[in-house]
Amino acid sequence: MLVLKNVSAGYGAFQALFDVSLEVKAGEAVAVIGPNGAGKTSLLRAITKVIVPTSGSVEMEGVSLRDVPAHKIIELGVAHVPEHRRLFPGLTVEENLKMGAYMRSAREAYKERLAYVYDLFPRMKERRHQVAGTMSGGEQQMCAIGRGLMSGPKLLLLDEPSAGLAPVIVQQVFDLVRRIRSEGYTVLIVEQNIQQVLRVVDRAYLLEVGRIRASGQASDLLANEDVRKAYVGI
Amino acid sequence: MTEILTDPFLWETIIQGLLFGGVLALLSLGLNLIFGVIDVVWICYAELVMVGMYAIWWLYVPNGVPLPVAMLTGILTVALLGVILHFVVIRPILHTEPINQLLVTGGVLFFLQGAATLVFSVEFRTLGVFMGSVEVGNMMFPWTRILAFLTSLVAVAALWLFLKKTYIGTAIRAISQDREVMPLMGVSPSRIYLTTSALGGGLAGLGACLLALLYDIHPAIGLSFGPLVFLICVLGGLGNLFGGFVAAFIFAEFIALGGYYTEVEWGYVMAFFFFIVMMFIRPQGLFSRAR
Repeated sequence: MLVLKNVSAGYGAFQALFDVSLEVKAGEAVAVIGPNGAGKTSLLRAITKVIVPTSGSVEMEGVSLRDVPAHKIIELGVAHVPEHRRLFPGLTVEENLKMGAYMRSAREAYKERLAYVYDLFPRMKERRHQVAGTMSGGEQQMCAIGRGLMSGPKLLLLDEPSAGLAPVIVQQVFDLVRRIRSEGYTVLIVEQNIQQVLRVVDRAYLLEVGRIRASGQASDLLANEDVRKAYVGI
Repeated sequence: MTEILTDPFLWETIIQGLLFGGVLALLSLGLNLIFGVIDVVWICYAELVMVGMYAIWWLYVPNGVPLPVAMLTGILTVALLGVILHFVVIRPILHTEPINQLLVTGGVLFFLQGAATLVFSVEFRTLGVFMGSVEVGNMMFPWTRILAFLTSLVAVAALWLFLKKTYIGTAIRAISQDREVMPLMGVSPSRIYLTTSALGGGLAGLGACLLALLYDIHPAIGLSFGPLVFLICVLGGLGNLFGGFVAAFIFAEFIALGGYYTEVEWGYVMAFFFFIVMMFIRPQGLFSRAR
């Protein structure tokens, strides 16, 4: 579904990604793991062109994203739930969800998508008139994922959904990811919480200082001595 | 006490103030959209209104274009000017410190004033349109002011509905909160800025239509109400359209009653003094900032 070939990208003179190649097949859940500053967020940003790759190619279902403007990528079925959730803090929950359905084809299905998201997250329905910035971190994460689902995407990009949340809530967030998977979405998730995320996904890539260092089945990586020593801390 | 209540001149003053408030409310509406909602500073906002007034005057008086056509053209001219202002002046510095917006549009303010002086001279121009007055008891209320009042009521309600109910309106409210994330929602930020600038300019043009009916036109006319409309937006709570509406009436009554009891200038002094005191008590404005 999503194929990255030799993607390099960065911020001005600072290069964050070096020749990254990666693939996500339809129906799969794939994680990109790695320490802080490895370039995980930059990787997702290079896909949705928040930063424009300097070389390499990104293809979504065979369509090259090279000439697709950033705001049109969502129309190809890619929803990016960014780092730190990035809700519009002054808008209500429902208005945030509405923003997720901004593209033309999603507007037509707005009512059904909204009912679907409320069904998935009854808490969001209770809070629908609440200003998003006043909710707890876990609720905001729910709202951010809900906003991503409002466009009816095929592929969901999740950037550190568990970051900055209390341990109990982190568990809930991973349960949520599991549910999203069972709903049939293809998921590419970036996480620092390696042990937890590897239990949710099929495959994973290990990213270090902007380069892919290892990849494989999630269970293999979880068993991998180097990964365990370096990141899991057991 | 009963003397005050039965004083027809006082009542007339209060109602005149109310009508003047309608003019101020309409003038501040476009600015509230730009300054309050999308967080961009057009310090030259009142000069855009001035350009609109000259456009209407130039079409109607020397060129004999029918007034409604002249006014519509005036609105479109200022809308276009708003778009040019955004893409030529604001956009290149949008990612820098907000103070830069104040400085460059400050430059535009003097440019527009200077250009108007060169083109139209400092002579006072007037449309010379008299719409008559309504007489209620012994009180006289000019139709132009009533028209301004009603127009501002309709415009506030329409803008509020637009911002609240439509997708693009919601995006306009969202863009100042997080610009970078907008494309991830499928929103093109430059299209939002284009729409908002045209709308803000168009509202300035609408203000110009009514102002041109009420006052003489000269290159420095922006200075007489420019600071006032900024303070109205701040006092009402930035971006809060109804707050701006109420604040416009408060300012107008201060000025009207000041004029009644002493002089209009004292009314302005009192209004600004009230503003300063309020900024200490409620720095966020009378009403909270609406998004």
